[in-house]
Amino acid sequence: MMTPATKTNGQREVIIEARDIVVGFGDRNILDHTDLDVYRGEILGFVGGSGAGKSVLMRTIIGLIHKKAGSIKVFGVDMDKATDAERRAVERRWGVLFQQGALFSSLTVMENLQFPVREYLKLSQRLLDDLAVAKLEMVGLDSSACHKFPSELSGGMIKRVALARALALDPEIVFLDEPTSGLDPIGAGDFDTLIATLQRTLGLTVYMVTHDLDSLHTVCDRIAVLAEGKVIAEGTMETMLKSEHPWLKSYFRGKRSRAGYQPQGKAST
Amino acid sequence: MSGETLLDDQVQGDRLTLAGGGAWIAVNAHGLEESIEALIKKYPTVKSVAIDMGGVERLDTFGAWLLERLVRAFTANGAKTDISGLKEDYGALVDELRNVKLEGEHHKTGGEVVAHALGSVGENVASVGGSFLAIVNMLGALVVALARVLSNPRNLRLTSVVHQLDNVAWRAVPIVLLITFLIGCIIAQQGLFHFRKFGADVFVVDMVGILVLRELGVLIVCIMVAGRSGSAYTAELGSMKMREEIDALQTMGFDPVEVLILPRIIALIIGVPILTFLGSMSALYGGGLVCWLYGGIDPDIFLSRLKEAIALNTFQVGMIKAPFMALVIGAVACVEGLMVKGSAESLGRQTTASVVESIFLVIVMDGIFAIFFASIGM
Repeated sequence: MMTPATKTNGQREVIIEARDIVVGFGDRNILDHTDLDVYRGEILGFVGGSGAGKSVLMRTIIGLIHKKAGSIKVFGVDMDKATDAERRAVERRWGVLFQQGALFSSLTVMENLQFPVREYLKLSQRLLDDLAVAKLEMVGLDSSACHKFPSELSGGMIKRVALARALALDPEIVFLDEPTSGLDPIGAGDFDTLIATLQRTLGLTVYMVTHDLDSLHTVCDRIAVLAEGKVIAEGTMETMLKSEHPWLKSYFRGKRSRAGYQPQGKAST
Repeated sequence: MSGETLLDDQVQGDRLTLAGGGAWIAVNAHGLEESIEALIKKYPTVKSVAIDMGGVERLDTFGAWLLERLVRAFTANGAKTDISGLKEDYGALVDELRNVKLEGEHHKTGGEVVAHALGSVGENVASVGGSFLAIVNMLGALVVALARVLSNPRNLRLTSVVHQLDNVAWRAVPIVLLITFLIGCIIAQQGLFHFRKFGADVFVVDMVGILVLRELGVLIVCIMVAGRSGSAYTAELGSMKMREEIDALQTMGFDPVEVLILPRIIALIIGVPILTFLGSMSALYGGGLVCWLYGGIDPDIFLSRLKEAIALNTFQVGMIKAPFMALVIGAVACVEGLMVKGSAESLGRQTTASVVESIFLVIVMDGIFAIFFASIGM
């Protein structure tokens, strides 16, 4: 499952296939015939300027925003033609980490983690409790956080709990919406390592919307760039750095990026 | 969609050999848990356990955890365990779960439950005192803010007052008029129905006039305002509190009481008497209409009877109460709004508390005013 990012894309399983996506609000089209493929087992970093529609594409794929045109296939299922049961089956196979965590504020951490599992599977309370603790430890927290409410957690803890909840059903793909935003560099670095570790242990596919150049350097196998409503480039960090496209140049080789750039690249592999 | 799970057991002396197979994944976890628990019970005394995971095609956190639980249970019984044949991909996951520390089992004893119940009674009693103190505190803060505004009238947020006045008074007019009109109609109808038995039809006018002007007009309006605007105040301030907007104001050197709360309460103090006046008139109109259509009392008889039944002080009693009620509703709503904590549930709870508390206090105040006016002979 841990296929590194290579150019042999032809042989790898495409688990998300977005074609000709058009999404707009009013007259303005934010996504204009956008195409994107996500391959099994990779960590895809999705970048673009603020307001370019990175989150919009992610939310369109997971079905929170309606598109005007185009088709989306997830695990080979066309989401527009799928029956309710098929769609639910697909939804069970992905997990989503929202930007603000979106933890249920009236439930404790433990209940938040158990909520999706309880809905879908009939398990004993003991197993539910054990697994919630296990998931919590996998994301680097300990069981003392179990009985806290989301309002009692720090920003970094909220992200971790939200990640644990996204992983609750052992999804095959997780969508992360700016996972490191609002974290300090150490916390963000830990989070990157965590994502890489989980990706390795659970064989996950990760779709990460991010602005964090360090994340892109350290954990992402492949980077896709969205600008003017289209994916203007995709490839490894090296490809991005070599590109002469003005936007890519200023994004990856601007002042802010110097510090993050280390030629040896990925630490996760 | 997924194969069967298998767990075969073979025992030779005090050596147990287990062979796993199939898909050890979430959907099969329930059955797998049962067979694992059964195995642990069945062989409490074995000295060594060999687990062959070679036949397991798929493994996720659920299955890996159950494997870990199996290992832990046998280890706790003093057996040596050995896992073999695990697919390479899954090694990391199993290792990861080996490090998980479960918290100590925690069960509530009977004594704890009683103590918890008693504790929550105590907490509730204390919180009544606490919210009373908070209201007094709010009134004090309002007086300070008002003094500051009076000493420098430019500090008054006039735009905000007008905006709030539009929300709590102007937009409330139709519903207040409708409801008080209906209340006037109902009182008159009930009065006529029962008074007719004694031939005392015309005293209905006295009843409607006094009841509406002294008590009902202001009470109905205040209950409406508490439900309509008090709850809105609590929800607005509560969500501003949740999003740290109030903290932001404070750090910029603004007093939230002066910026947010004073304009709202001034709007209520201006708005509620106006609504009370309109509501009382509407109720009298409704009463008069029913008297005419249902009781056969002509409008001019109604009016002349009304003139005899009520004096200016009847009207004054109702109107004097209105601003005080408004102050209580506003203060309670704002206090509850500021008490909102981070969760959506807490916002709902404080909004409920705001409406219930302000209606309760309005009625209590009405009682106190009744005693007061009786003793000064109004």
